[in-house]
Amino acid sequence: MSEIVAPILDIQNLSMVFGGLRAIDHVSLHIKSGEICALIGPNGAGKTTIFNCVTGVYKPTEGSIAIQHGEHPKEEIQGLKPNTINLKGLARTFQNIRLFSNMSVLENVMIGRHNSLKASIFNAILRDRATKEEEQRVIDESHDILKKMKLEMFINETARNLPYGAQRRLEIARALATDPFLLLLDEPVAGMNPNETKELEETINIIRDKEKVTILLIEHDMSLVMNVSERIYVLDYGRLIAEGTPMEIKANPEVIKAYLGE
Amino acid sequence: MNRKNQKSELIASLVSTIWFVILLFPFLVMKVNVTGGKAVVIFRWSYLPVIAISIFVLSFLWRRALEWNQHRGDKTPVRTPLSGIRDFIITALRRKPIKLGVMALLLLIVLAYPYVLGMYHTNIMITALIYVMLALGLNIVVGLGGLLNLGYAAFFAVGAYTYGLLWKYAGPAFISAGIDTGWLFWIALPSAGVIAVIFGILLSLPVLRLRGDYLAIITLAFGEMFRMVLQNSGPVTGGATGISLIPRPWLFGIRLPPRQAATYIYYIAIILVIFTIFVVRRIEDSRVGRALEAMREDEVACEAMGVDLVRNKMATFALGAFWAGIAGVLLAAQTTYINPDSFTLWESIMVLMAIVIGGTGSIPGAIGGALILKLLPEYFRPLAQYRMLIYGIAMIIIIIFKPDGLIPRNRKRYTFVEKSASDSVPGVQK
Ligand SMILES: Nc1ncnc2c1ncn2[C@@H]1O[C@H](COP(=O)(O)OP(=O)(O)OP(=O)(O)O)[C@@H](O)[C@H]1O
Ligand SMILES: [Mg+2]
Repeated sequence: MSEIVAPILDIQNLSMVFGGLRAIDHVSLHIKSGEICALIGPNGAGKTTIFNCVTGVYKPTEGSIAIQHGEHPKEEIQGLKPNTINLKGLARTFQNIRLFSNMSVLENVMIGRHNSLKASIFNAILRDRATKEEEQRVIDESHDILKKMKLEMFINETARNLPYGAQRRLEIARALATDPFLLLLDEPVAGMNPNETKELEETINIIRDKEKVTILLIEHDMSLVMNVSERIYVLDYGRLIAEGTPMEIKANPEVIKAYLGE
Repeated sequence: MNRKNQKSELIASLVSTIWFVILLFPFLVMKVNVTGGKAVVIFRWSYLPVIAISIFVLSFLWRRALEWNQHRGDKTPVRTPLSGIRDFIITALRRKPIKLGVMALLLLIVLAYPYVLGMYHTNIMITALIYVMLALGLNIVVGLGGLLNLGYAAFFAVGAYTYGLLWKYAGPAFISAGIDTGWLFWIALPSAGVIAVIFGILLSLPVLRLRGDYLAIITLAFGEMFRMVLQNSGPVTGGATGISLIPRPWLFGIRLPPRQAATYIYYIAIILVIFTIFVVRRIEDSRVGRALEAMREDEVACEAMGVDLVRNKMATFALGAFWAGIAGVLLAAQTTYINPDSFTLWESIMVLMAIVIGGTGSIPGAIGGALILKLLPEYFRPLAQYRMLIYGIAMIIIIIFKPDGLIPRNRKRYTFVEKSASDSVPGVQK
């Protein structure tokens, strides 16, 4: 891959202040199209806060977040509403699983496809031909996504009854259903056993290779991070302390210090 | 639930109670008596502890119910004889001939009802059907959208007053032009729906960011304020005396004696209820309905999946208000007399209770709940003075033992038949 590819996500000088706490302190980072990039750092470093700023949950105190995808011109997205940002092609999962727990697995994914459908309230009431076809299409597409995530056996199961690992995968399935070009995964293997982790590692690679989705992931599981990611950013106390390949990061004294303490 | 949790819930309930008491103070404790041209404010202090205690208990129960809800799925369902019967009925109803047979029987009962039971029972049934419509409407807001609206009676009032005011101001013109005033009903019906929708959207705007208790408090205040406005705009709305002699609906120019009038209002009510069920079911099982449910489940995740919460909330309030507006017109037509007292907070709470008892989010539940809550008291008149107590106890028992309600929602199941490895032919069954 050439080096002159414009980044699909470009964060410049991002800061987020909560009261007196500077959770993110002038962070600049970028994600290139097609890569798997990891964001690591000790607890409370500000990783999730960066995700929340990028996806519109928080309005950053300062700095800019820009996206540039395909033919579209580069545009700044900081401060936009989460649904608008999702519509532009950014999807995420949550560290503390946030599924629609009383809805079925299939319906969870169908919500992800909400914006690929057009039916209004009136279409819903009249249930015309086009609406029925559209509804059938979303069922099929959601089913396909569930198959890819190896969740098809749970289709009619209520989301909250799923085993933990399956819930995490369902979150990814739901995010993929929104047709993103960039997927932000917040601790996707937290709470999973080694087998499930291994399986998810494969899934992450498949998503990138087959679905052509760029991935930014936050993770504490170092073996996963070192295995899947091509580039790693390290955050500590809201500040970026290192960036590089897994090999470089492993050898970086600053990173070792941050993780092991003084 | 652990102890710490319980403590924080108690505190939260206490805070709600204080809020509600402050808010309700001018409505329930203070009473203005106008005697001989002088207004005297009476403080009914004895009401205060009653209000405070009941709100505290309700608020705490509500929190408990939410907690129960959270852990509802943790237990595997216990098979009881009752659930066996339920499953049997559900599977039987899946079969086409049985389903059609049951529907035909039901239709026959519904059609024959006024002839078999007479006017007294027909009138009671009309009132119950009006409540069914209200419950189905509020079920969209609370059951699907998860927005606790305690000002629902205001939309009911909007509907009734649309008809009432139309009669008051356009009635004379109709009479002098020699047009049957019964036509007004048919004009009022769609207008009330539209006007209620506008009110619903207007109310949704200031409460877009609110949830739970705060939403309940603000909508409650809105409902009571609306009633106060009706009461105090005497020249326009007739004030506390309201509007009377509202005409009964036109029906092919037939002038009917009251007895038969009840019968045909009953049929209109039945048609409207069937229409409501039809529409509400379709909305529930659609892109729009799913988005409402997702919003109830988790607003943050819902928004992150690209759903516009602002539009969603406006749609929720508008949809709920629409049915209340229609029901209001029906009420005005049935009673031929409306005044602000028919639209108190108590009405909103009754409708809310109906859907909680029936099963939030469940259409059959809302219908069943409304029928039970409206019909039972009519037939147990001797117990009328204990009504509140019985309702309260019933609610507590249901929330504790059957948190999903009497007829919980039956989720749609999707079946997929694998045709070949690459493509599948999905079918859908209810
Ligand atoms: N909404 C908020 N209000 C106030 N402080 C917040 C808020 N969100 C995050 N913080 C604070 O910002 C800091 C960074 O939190 P963040 O959740 O981003 O950490 P993290 O790197 O994701 O940690 P973890 O690995 O534990 O998930 C923490 O000190 C946290 O307490
Ligand atoms: Mg985090």
